[in-house]
Amino acid sequence: MISMKKITKQFGDLVVLKDINLEVEKGKVVVIIGPSGSGKTTLLRCLNILEQPEEGSISIDQQTVDFTKRITKKEVLSFRKQTGMVFQTYNLFPHFTAIENVMEGPVTVQGVNKKAARKKAEELLKKVGLSEKVNVYPHQLSGGQQQRVGIARAMAIDPKVMLFDEPTSALDPELVGEVLLVMKQLAEEGRTMVVVTHEMKFARSVADEVIFMDQGRIIERGKPDEVFSKPKEQRTKEFLNLINQ
Amino acid sequence: MKMYLYSSFLSAENIEILQDSFLPLLKGVLSYTIPLTLISFIIGILIAVVTAVFRISGIKVLSAAARVYVSIIRGTPLLVQLFIVFFGLGNLGIDALKFEPFTGAVIAFSLNTGAYASEIIRASILSIDKGQWEASSSIGMSYLQSLKRVILPQAARVSIPPLSNSFIGLVKETSLASTILVSEMFRKAQEIVATTYTPLLVYVEAAAIYWVICFVLSIIQERIEIRLNRYVKT
Repeated sequence: MISMKKITKQFGDLVVLKDINLEVEKGKVVVIIGPSGSGKTTLLRCLNILEQPEEGSISIDQQTVDFTKRITKKEVLSFRKQTGMVFQTYNLFPHFTAIENVMEGPVTVQGVNKKAARKKAEELLKKVGLSEKVNVYPHQLSGGQQQRVGIARAMAIDPKVMLFDEPTSALDPELVGEVLLVMKQLAEEGRTMVVVTHEMKFARSVADEVIFMDQGRIIERGKPDEVFSKPKEQRTKEFLNLINQ
Repeated sequence: MKMYLYSSFLSAENIEILQDSFLPLLKGVLSYTIPLTLISFIIGILIAVVTAVFRISGIKVLSAAARVYVSIIRGTPLLVQLFIVFFGLGNLGIDALKFEPFTGAVIAFSLNTGAYASEIIRASILSIDKGQWEASSSIGMSYLQSLKRVILPQAARVSIPPLSNSFIGLVKETSLASTILVSEMFRKAQEIVATTYTPLLVYVEAAAIYWVICFVLSIIQERIEIRLNRYVKT
C-alpha cells in the first residue's frame, strides 16, 4: 500500500530524514516511536506531502510521487486525497460544527451533495461515539471528543491510509483511552494506519510493526514483541529504558 | 456673556435655520454620504482581500505589485488622491478618464480603503493558526479552497474591529468629496452657511449628524462581533 524509497528531508542545513525506506502492506498498522526530534513526525508529514522531501519517492496504492522531479500542485493534491491525517492539536475548523467539520472534505473536495455527506458524517460521528454532539462547535467539546471528530473528519474522505501524528499527546490523561479505543477499532476493521505515538501499550497491542527512529534514521523495526522485549540496537534499549522509568 | 451665548445660539432665528437646514443635510447624507461610503467600502474590501492574498501568495510579482500599491496609497494624502483622480485624470483629454464627481470619489475612496484594509486583512489571515491550513490541506483542499472555506471566515472575525474602524473613518472622510463637487452632506452644509452666515451653528449640526451615523455603526459593529464570536470560547 505504501512504499517510501530513499526519502531525504532537510530543513536548511539540518538533515531531518536520511535515506528512509519504508513499506506498509494493506491493512497493516505501523507505529513509529522515537525521541523528540528523531524525525518521526516529519516522516509522517512527508506521506501526505505536508513536508516535501528533497529526494526519494513515495507510492501509495497506484500513485507515485518522485521528489527528484518537479511536482505540480495538482499532483500533490491528488496524492494527498489518498490519506487522512489526525493532528496532535486536532486542528478542527472552529467555525464549523462537529458535523460540518466532517462534511467539509466530502462536500468541498469530493463534490458530494450535502444530504449524502450529512448522512455519511452522521454515521462516522456515531462510529466515534459522538452521535449526541453532531451540532456542537469544537470549543464546546472536550479534547478527547475533539480528537474523535478529527478522526471522523479524516475518515470522511475515504482515505486509503490513515496517518496519526501523536493523536493523544495533547490530551489530559483520562481522555487518552477514548481516542485509543477508536483507533484500535479502526485497526481491527483492517484500515491501513501509520501512527506516531508515545503510547507504548497501544503500540504493543495494536501495531503489526513497530519502527524506532532516531536522528532522522530508522534504527530498528520489527514485531512489537521483538522491539519492546528484546531490542537489538543499543539506542532502542536506551530509549525504552528511559520511557519505562 | 454665558447667557448671551446661550440665548443667541438657541434663538428663534437659529432654531429656524437648524430646522430649515436639516432636510437638505439629510438629503446629502442619504443620496451621497451613505452611498459613497457603502459603495467605496465594498469595492475597497474586495481590493483589500485580493491585495492581501497577493501579498502572502509567495509569488514575487504579485506580492511586489501589492506592496507598491499599498505604499503609494498610504504614502500620499487622500485629498491629493481625490484631486489626481478627478481633476488630474479628467484633464488628460481622454473621455474614459473624465469621471462624474461621484464616480471619481468612489474610485479614490475605494483605492484608499483597499490599501489600508489590505494590511488589516493580511494581518488577520496571518493570525490564523498554521494548523488550519494543514488540516484543510490534509482533507485535499486546494490553496483557494482553504482560503475561502477555512481561513477567510476565521480571519473575518479577527478583522471586524479594525475594519469597523476603517468604515467609520470612511464615513467622515467622505466629507473630502465636497472638494470635488460631490453634494454630500458637508458640501450641503457649506452651501447653507454661504447664505445664512452661521458657520458654527450649521457645522455643529453637520458634526452632530456624522456622530449619530457613527454611533449607529458602532452598535452594528457590536452586533456583528457577537454573531461572529459564537464559535469562540468566551
